[in-house]
Amino acid sequence: MPVLYPTKTEMPALDPAERRACWDEVAVGYTVERALAEARRCVQCQDPLCEQGCPVGVPIRDFIRRVAVEDFAGAADVIRTRNVLPAICGRVCPVEHQCEARCAVLGRLEPVGIGRLERFVADWERAHPRDGAVVAPAPRAEKIAVVGSGPAGLTAASDLARLGYAVTVFEALHALGGVLRYGIPEFRLPKAIVDEEVERLRALGVEFETNVLVGRTVTIDELLDELGYSAVFVGTGAGAPKFLGVPGENLTGVYSANEYLTRVNLMRAYSFPEYDTPVARPTRAVVVGAGDTAMDAVRVSIRLGAEGAHVVYRRSEDEMGARAEDYRRAVEEGAIFEWLTLPTRFLGDEDGRVRAVECVRTRLAEPDESGRRSPVVIPGSETVIEANLVVIALGTSPNPLVPQTTAGLETDAHGCVVSDPQTGATSRAGVFAGGDIATGAATVILAMGAGRRAATAIHDYLRKEVDHGDFVG
Amino acid sequence: MATILDTRELTPVTKLLVLEAPLVARHARPGQFVILRVDPHGERVPISLTDYDPVSGTITLVVQHVGKTSGLLCALAPGDDVLDLAGPLGRPVQLPEQGHAVLVGGGFGAGAIHPLARELSARHVGVTVIIGARTAELVILRDLLEPASDELLVCTDDGSVGYHGFTASLLAELLERGASFTDCLAVGPMAMMRAVADVTRPYELRTLVSLDPIMLDGTGMCGACRVTVGGETKFACIDGPFFDAHAVDFDEAVVRSKMYVEDERSAVELAGAV
Repeated sequence: MPVLYPTKTEMPALDPAERRACWDEVAVGYTVERALAEARRCVQCQDPLCEQGCPVGVPIRDFIRRVAVEDFAGAADVIRTRNVLPAICGRVCPVEHQCEARCAVLGRLEPVGIGRLERFVADWERAHPRDGAVVAPAPRAEKIAVVGSGPAGLTAASDLARLGYAVTVFEALHALGGVLRYGIPEFRLPKAIVDEEVERLRALGVEFETNVLVGRTVTIDELLDELGYSAVFVGTGAGAPKFLGVPGENLTGVYSANEYLTRVNLMRAYSFPEYDTPVARPTRAVVVGAGDTAMDAVRVSIRLGAEGAHVVYRRSEDEMGARAEDYRRAVEEGAIFEWLTLPTRFLGDEDGRVRAVECVRTRLAEPDESGRRSPVVIPGSETVIEANLVVIALGTSPNPLVPQTTAGLETDAHGCVVSDPQTGATSRAGVFAGGDIATGAATVILAMGAGRRAATAIHDYLRKEVDHGDFVG
Repeated sequence: MATILDTRELTPVTKLLVLEAPLVARHARPGQFVILRVDPHGERVPISLTDYDPVSGTITLVVQHVGKTSGLLCALAPGDDVLDLAGPLGRPVQLPEQGHAVLVGGGFGAGAIHPLARELSARHVGVTVIIGARTAELVILRDLLEPASDELLVCTDDGSVGYHGFTASLLAELLERGASFTDCLAVGPMAMMRAVADVTRPYELRTLVSLDPIMLDGTGMCGACRVTVGGETKFACIDGPFFDAHAVDFDEAVVRSKMYVEDERSAVELAGAV
């Protein structure tokens, strides 16, 4: 085994001071030299465990080998056999919990930067468009409806279009991409990349219908019974934001993370008044929660002018849900982390605007049977943090609209559509579901995996129907 | 994209727009609304449905010029397109099956009560409509509301036509005189809806108001439109827009509706300067 450099090849990034005042992508991406150096840290295991850590099963060892021998087009082809959104996954996947957590060199050395290499390959491919990449499949008669244009829907649409189906994606908002569009900020995922991926699907023949809220504008029953769709994939995501339920939460200046990020990312409120949608311009921000969305929110607040930007979380750094890289970037940009802190009340001024957050400190109890350590309030530990912006980033629950308006679609106690984890099949024949609507709030890559499995299952379902029909006929 | 088929100037500041929107027209029910966006830099604005016709595939909206987006909408002519139109949104209002309903429409809220009046008339529920405006020339949609109601009463603040005073004052007089309404539904400015709620409360008259808080996506995703009703937080976009008027926290609703007043002013000034 060659002697390996102990740490990942560094990812060039914008200077933190510069970042605080601009929306450009923070991580600049590997040069060819850096990509080669990193690819050559991969030991090309006989049995690549990293691939088992990938929810969509990217042939990681093989694509890295091709990078190492400077066959970047070949690397892109290898990735695309399993992942239709590599430029996105290479930026937003929680690699430290997935592929890189299984890397063979881990323990002695830092793992291979698989996410960074995936991004490099995807960006190289974007910069070197190739002709003839799209092979038109033999068209099939069946039409399939995909509800929601987030990562689950885009992946399902891509796979189904490659199988020759006529696919229409219905999106409730005016722009495509779901959480990739409204949720993840420009500095972490440039919207031009989302646009490119959508264009790639259009080139495959996928049709997109924006401003269609399935359940209101058209129902799933109508899609199946009247409009000629043979199957429906529901990837409507986790719709409704969770709040704390403490006094003062409806003061102005208190936002859900969904609202705050949608104003900024989808509606471009950071360019108000050039764009019409406004957003509060904070001097002091408090973000509640410590997941990926909380990191996005606090970093947005810093770019919108917050001098003091606090993240409060009722557990400790060890329990934080955010990706390690985004946490580090938030710290670099000046976010202040208040661990073991629980908001109890929001305080307002005479005009109903939030002015401060009252909190208590917590400690963690011993792990319970599930291994989770519950926060326990420390009596007399009340503290007040001044804030003229509060963002609640505590996650979301599934959007109830599709289950409410579709006959025979079962949901569980959390409001998630009940579906087979392997196939996405629901209680309603011909209706499949995947992503956050089925699992509750999770990640882009898990939603993509579900979209892919559902596409395969829809194909099997329709072929069986056809075979059955032939037999009877 | 939705094409404007027809427009009509109702007052110098209010316009009626008929748009081609077959899916919305087919699914719309009384009490629902749409969200529009007029240009690529535009905001998403909710507007109540004044009419919808599944046969012709059209919807009708009434827009009052109050800000930048409504100004742009009022400037559109037949043949023009609205960039984005999504709907129908919101939960259809629960209307009574019998009795006698009084519907109160303040200002351009007169448009939003039309589908309610029409549905109630079709159910053979008695319908009294009260509409109000500052002055006679601002009274709108009498032609649309008359055939949809048993009785149409007009109020003006200056007394230039009809009852001299506010809609809520007329409603109070009717109730004092013993009018036997079983239901009240009100759509209009927040102050008017609040006044109606105060008038009907002592009579324990079931009263619903249509709240139009600031909205963003309108699909339940963001919570911008949250209102407190009976001590609970509700989202106007998916739980409403109609709520029990006697349980609504109007103080909070007023504060939240004014959240971006200064921003809106600067947007209008900038638009005017261009």
